[in-house]
Amino acid sequence: MDSSAPNSVRGTGGARIELRGVGVTYAGGSVAVRDVDLTIAAGEFAVFLGPSGSGKSTLLRTINRLIEPTSGSVFIDDIDVRTLDPVVLRRGIGYVIQAVGLFPHLTIGANVGVVPALLGWDRARTARRVDDLLALVRLDPAIYRDRYPRQLSGGEQQRAGVARALAAEPRVLLMDEPFGAVDAIVRASLQDEIRRIHRELGTTIVFVTHDVDEALRLADRVVVIAAGAIAQADAPQRVLEAPANDIVRSLVGIDAESRHFALERPLLERETP
Amino acid sequence: MTYFLRHPGIVATLLGEHLVLTFASLAIALVIAFPLGVLAARRPRAGAITLAILNAIYTIPSLALLAILVAIFGLGMPTAVVALVAYAQMILVRNVAEGLRGVSPAALDAADGLGFTPFARLVQVEIPLALPAIVGGIRIATVSLIGIATLAAWIDAGGLGTLVFEGLHQDDPDKIVAGSLAAVVLALAADAVLRVAERWTART
Repeated sequence: MDSSAPNSVRGTGGARIELRGVGVTYAGGSVAVRDVDLTIAAGEFAVFLGPSGSGKSTLLRTINRLIEPTSGSVFIDDIDVRTLDPVVLRRGIGYVIQAVGLFPHLTIGANVGVVPALLGWDRARTARRVDDLLALVRLDPAIYRDRYPRQLSGGEQQRAGVARALAAEPRVLLMDEPFGAVDAIVRASLQDEIRRIHRELGTTIVFVTHDVDEALRLADRVVVIAAGAIAQADAPQRVLEAPANDIVRSLVGIDAESRHFALERPLLERETP
Repeated sequence: MTYFLRHPGIVATLLGEHLVLTFASLAIALVIAFPLGVLAARRPRAGAITLAILNAIYTIPSLALLAILVAIFGLGMPTAVVALVAYAQMILVRNVAEGLRGVSPAALDAADGLGFTPFARLVQVEIPLALPAIVGGIRIATVSLIGIATLAAWIDAGGLGTLVFEGLHQDDPDKIVAGSLAAVVLALAADAVLRVAERWTART
């Protein structure tokens, strides 16, 4: 289906992520995450779904140690992330946020090449990688490479944000409400793109959203999070048809019938930026 | 105005001294203000105390500060530089801190998440994004220092103030006008150049 975009970005596969008894209690005593056990398989597309304040972003951020769990441990391919230098760990994990966070003083090319630069890749290798990644997210390198973030639409900025996150061939990609700030049409096309990229690269993706339809459309497995704990972790179909409890039912249940449409992905076959 | 025409060499020499006095002080002031500004941005409590102290120094009348410093360091240019550095701190530290605090949280979160070291984040992300505020501080500090530096002549540190003080002693208004005018033109020129720099850093 993506015959229009041949690219030379090869898949590097995904890593297995294991959360064991992860809890996060803030200094003031409020509990954000309590005792979460979850294993995300290599190459799985897992979506943390929950209302705002449910602890889903906090849980995501324990994976790249932007937040340190106050109890429990996080393992990536059986390595306790606490044993790794956080800077080294994060350079090996892609990270995309809702506010995009492209550096406004750098061109799109420089933004996408920022992690390779930190890793000390030479200029030619970085330049090649940047062009390949821009092509992967369907931003024509010749047009976009030298532009500044403010010259791009919200959707284009987020494509660049995804390209930047993938720059150093991460085997894990963390996405925190990445498409929350763009309109519905653009969001649908970005969702299709990330599914395609996931299929092509095989990267393990952990994706946070409060949008039920988005979760159902993207996920191999939906992890419903409420009050800092996992309410249900299941295939989208199962979450819809067999909600584990009232919390899940109230989250997905109201429009359960119509939500089945969300499972008939992709919504848009193709979109040209 | 006739003094300019009769003694262009003297005015040029004093202008040169004035520039050295101002920019040497500014350079030293920046070296001190950068770490203090970063500290003030990172630690609000320490930052508030630092700024309160610097603000207190800033409110000391220039002549009084020079008199105090002469008692410690003696007459001459180094003493004047110490005074100018002290005056510039408040403006520079405040602007560095405000600039750093104004950097968007999204850019910081992205930098952390992508694996910047704290130092790389500061140098490659925070300072470039804070640059318009920092350059704004440099502009205001420069204009202030050019003005205050005219008093340096009072402690034998040279500069355009020399003409002003000589004019006062010799009852020669022409000298006073020449010294003052040169200082004003210098301040306006520095302001104009640094305004362009400020706009250039804010272009993205």
